[in-house]
Amino acid sequence: MIAVTNISKRYGAVQALSDVRFSVDRGELFGLIGPDGAGKTSLLRILATLLLPDAGEATIDGLNTVADYRAVRRRIGYMPGRFSLYRDLTVEENLRFFASIFGTTVRENEAFIRPIFAPLEPFRRRRAGALSGGMKQKLALSCALIHRPDALLLDEPTTGVDALSRKEFWEMLHELKQHGIAILVSTPYMDEASRCDRVALIRRGQTGQIDTPQQVVAQFPHRLFAVRTDNAYRLACDLPSWPTLHAAYPFGACFHVIDRRPHIDISAELTAFLHQRGHSAVECLPATPTMEDCFMEWMKRDESE
Amino acid sequence: MMNVIETHELHKAFGSFTAVDRISFAVAQGEIFGFLGANGAGKTTAIRMLCGLLKPTSGAATVAGCNVFTQPEQIKRRIGYMSQRFSLYEDLTVAENMAFYGGIYGLRRREVRRRADELCRRLDFGHARHTLIRDIPPGWRQKLAFLTAIFHHPTIVFLDEPTGGVDPLTRRQFWTLIYEAAHEGITVFVTTHYMDEAEYCDRLSIMVDGRIVAIDPPETLKKRYHADSMNEVFLRVVNG
Repeated sequence: MIAVTNISKRYGAVQALSDVRFSVDRGELFGLIGPDGAGKTSLLRILATLLLPDAGEATIDGLNTVADYRAVRRRIGYMPGRFSLYRDLTVEENLRFFASIFGTTVRENEAFIRPIFAPLEPFRRRRAGALSGGMKQKLALSCALIHRPDALLLDEPTTGVDALSRKEFWEMLHELKQHGIAILVSTPYMDEASRCDRVALIRRGQTGQIDTPQQVVAQFPHRLFAVRTDNAYRLACDLPSWPTLHAAYPFGACFHVIDRRPHIDISAELTAFLHQRGHSAVECLPATPTMEDCFMEWMKRDESE
Repeated sequence: MMNVIETHELHKAFGSFTAVDRISFAVAQGEIFGFLGANGAGKTTAIRMLCGLLKPTSGAATVAGCNVFTQPEQIKRRIGYMSQRFSLYEDLTVAENMAFYGGIYGLRRREVRRRADELCRRLDFGHARHTLIRDIPPGWRQKLAFLTAIFHHPTIVFLDEPTGGVDPLTRRQFWTLIYEAAHEGITVFVTTHYMDEAEYCDRLSIMVDGRIVAIDPPETLKKRYHADSMNEVFLRVVNG
């Protein structure tokens, strides 16, 4: 449904995208992950026909985003990173406005957007600017879906949204997949990345590995250990002096530690090392890598290149 | 230990709508205090009262030893503030932003220069001193914004979703700065929607519909709610 072929884009001296290619199928939820400034927003804007690529081409349902931009716009729903509905219009007015732009009516599509719009029902008359973060995001998604697009482009849709609304939002995306919509979403949340069917890692405008989250995690090249002691700050100060350290970073309530020597269980050694440095209640256990560990490893490789 | 924040039945109503419903809590000096809650739970209203920007309807509160009802101006001088939405001026350079914030807080010009030198050295940022903020990568901007918010060595710094939309690596670099500030004795009051970051806090409160319904260290909360992570705790608390 979405096909990106060798897309490049340059802003002055900055190469925002180079030779990017991938495709998203009907009913597929595809995640774009990468650090700030990796080119994710540029890519989504090209697909949304708002930006022209310098080279390469992108198609939605076989239609070219440059030559057939009008037809493309009728087939896509786009949710930009910044809240971009009319703050001084009510919830209902925003919905009616977007429906009329696409030559349809709210009534015609009410059943389709109901699962998403239902929590907003009591606020129909409230101005969009006065909604809470989670509600704004549900309204933005409703407006992006009001013309029943074939492809949905979402640029960090859950930034600034609380954990519960995030969970609900992703449940909705999984429901939309059932209607055969192709969904392309960028996110800084690695737990969300792991809920995608496939993900592409982007850095400095180039796509790296494209795979299922399960495969990405399965290919994590190191043994991982979860370490905690009674004092997290001192642990952060002491871990860098572990002689064969590859990486150590906070991970929830503990630190994740990777040794340079592969296949070695460092639990006993590291525990002794930390005891020696005056830590107590030391716990060092093997841990299962997650998408977040893969991202950290991948950024580390980027730095050392 | 001295308390930097103390509130007693602090309350704010807008007309018939209660935004903050008689909250009572204390934050100790040097603590990293996570202030959690769903969107619309009343966190921003509470922070605005604590920063001396909004007059409470009733109750009592002191911040850095000053009364929020009678000494809002003194509070503003003793606190630092940073949010994702508003931090540095994009059309000023790094050095100009620091001079501006230093000036607002009444630092002498020589002192501003000394601290700016120190800060640039700490971030290894000397080369970019005269770069406009808008030309600085977002991750760096965030770190600079934080260090600018504590440029005048406030008693407490309020961070309102400082890492929204920031990638996992940059978020960790940012938290290293938070740990360092707390270690130097600056109290950190932070809101976040990243529940892994909530785990980094010494203590957490969770707000639901204007009220604080849970307040404890993350380990205690996880035990109480039989949860493996703060994400689970949060979902359970907010879902009622």
